[in-house]
Amino acid sequence: MALEPFRERFADRFVNVGVAEQNMIGIATGLAESGFIPFVYSIATFASLRAFEFIRNGPVLHNLPVRIVGVGMGFEYGHAGPTHHAVEDVSVMRTLPGLAIVIPADSAQTSNAVRQTHAVPGPVYYSLGKDDHIRVPGLNGNFELGKLQVIRSGGSVAIVAMGSVSQEAAAAAEELDRQGVRASVAILSNFSPDPERDLVALLSRVRQAITVEAQTVSGGLGAFVASAIASNGLTCRLQMLAVRTSPDGSSGSNTNRWRKYGLDRTSIVATVLASTCAAEQ
Amino acid sequence: MVSPKSVRRIILDQSRRANVGHIGSCLCVVEILSALYGTILRRKSIDDPDRDRFILSKGHAGLALYAVLALTGDLMPQDLDTFCGDDSVLGVHPEAIVPGVDFSTGSLGHGLSIATGAALAAKMRRSERRVFCLMSDAECNEGAIWEAAMFASHHKLDNLHAIIDWNSQQAMGRTRDVLDDSNLRERWASFGWRVSEVDGHSLADLVRALSEPSTLQAPHLVLARTVFGRGVSFMEEGRSIAHANLPIHPINWHYLPMSAGEYQAALDELESSR
Repeated sequence: MALEPFRERFADRFVNVGVAEQNMIGIATGLAESGFIPFVYSIATFASLRAFEFIRNGPVLHNLPVRIVGVGMGFEYGHAGPTHHAVEDVSVMRTLPGLAIVIPADSAQTSNAVRQTHAVPGPVYYSLGKDDHIRVPGLNGNFELGKLQVIRSGGSVAIVAMGSVSQEAAAAAEELDRQGVRASVAILSNFSPDPERDLVALLSRVRQAITVEAQTVSGGLGAFVASAIASNGLTCRLQMLAVRTSPDGSSGSNTNRWRKYGLDRTSIVATVLASTCAAEQ
Repeated sequence: MVSPKSVRRIILDQSRRANVGHIGSCLCVVEILSALYGTILRRKSIDDPDRDRFILSKGHAGLALYAVLALTGDLMPQDLDTFCGDDSVLGVHPEAIVPGVDFSTGSLGHGLSIATGAALAAKMRRSERRVFCLMSDAECNEGAIWEAAMFASHHKLDNLHAIIDWNSQQAMGRTRDVLDDSNLRERWASFGWRVSEVDGHSLADLVRALSEPSTLQAPHLVLARTVFGRGVSFMEEGRSIAHANLPIHPINWHYLPMSAGEYQAALDELESSR
């Protein structure tokens, strides 16, 4: 049950385009030019990658308020396998200036983020989770376009996370706390406008930065943080936890995939401990 | 006044001045655009929300559209002289920022989806406006065209008119040799479209086909038979005067700019035509 309640309530505003993502974006472009604010929806890989050039030449080139909703960020489609794992959507969408990108970490933040962004003038890509059991403690649904959400401060390490895997970053920080290592945690929930100012403020106070994302390493969160560190002359060291290998034919649950690709809480704790240890030597 | 002869004159002048190609593609849609902008399109102003919409899905014929817009007064004659110049909004492919251009195009296969959305929007807004989309025949190689074709007939978008410039040429060859499209009529009819077939160089035929009322609740496809490079004999024949060794093929004029001699020969023929 995703769209059925909407369809029942607003039958005249619900259009099923069939299995046709390119056409879906084209139709939305035509609707938006006429003053509508169309929300289009598919599984994140199909909504973003299959339709990429239509997004580029339609809503982005015409600067029209089309809302592209991709559901199932990262590995949330689990056993459905690599065709359904959205590990490039944010990176790929980031290549389009003028397209706001919203990546909520849990359902409370999703609700707030959609309320705050549904009426912005230009196009928006939403990379949404589909697991509503995921909750990032301390985030409390907070969201602001162009801002970073810092949910834990202090220490010489900052963990910056994006998407539902932020839950693992928050859990890792708690575990580190129990082991006597203080770490800041910040959630990045949007690009374009990029939350660079907040990020620089955070990272100028630490020696180590760790990024955590269920995305391939190029173009996403880690790449953004690396670029911010370099272009602002910061001195902290960066480690990027991200997907670095191509699919090997295996499949598994979301948490299984987080473990496999080293994005789970245990891997984050180990990375932080190794990096702080190295820094002290 | 949009007359095919004056549109062709602008196409020749500007493609010579800018030294660019796509001349054959522009010349073969002259009557189609003249029928649309001279007679068919209802536009009180270029930003009237209830105006008819037009999308040039075969964006590489942008110069033909600029020529027409200069003749309707949407563009100033001096604007044309910026065509393909640095910082000009008049590039080879049209951009929506240009006065009178409703949608940006350039990548084939996008226009019909956008037109379908615009037609759906008109239905949802209970507006009488219509949407016209000009595609090339080879553009129907693109799968997205058929996604839109299915959608438009399912939703009975009888306010949508697609026109195919059926010139039987495409990059690197004849369409029949690349992906045979000789049964376009049957294909579109089987997708639930009302199909008309016309001489794409007859203004009267085009106007009649685009304005005849229909009781069918179906989107409308006009198959317009055209001749690549229409109006310039050596282009129609596929000959280059400047490159005499080039094998004779109509598609040459998809790419080639005109030499000074070719421009003069083309102009002489145009001026002596009716």
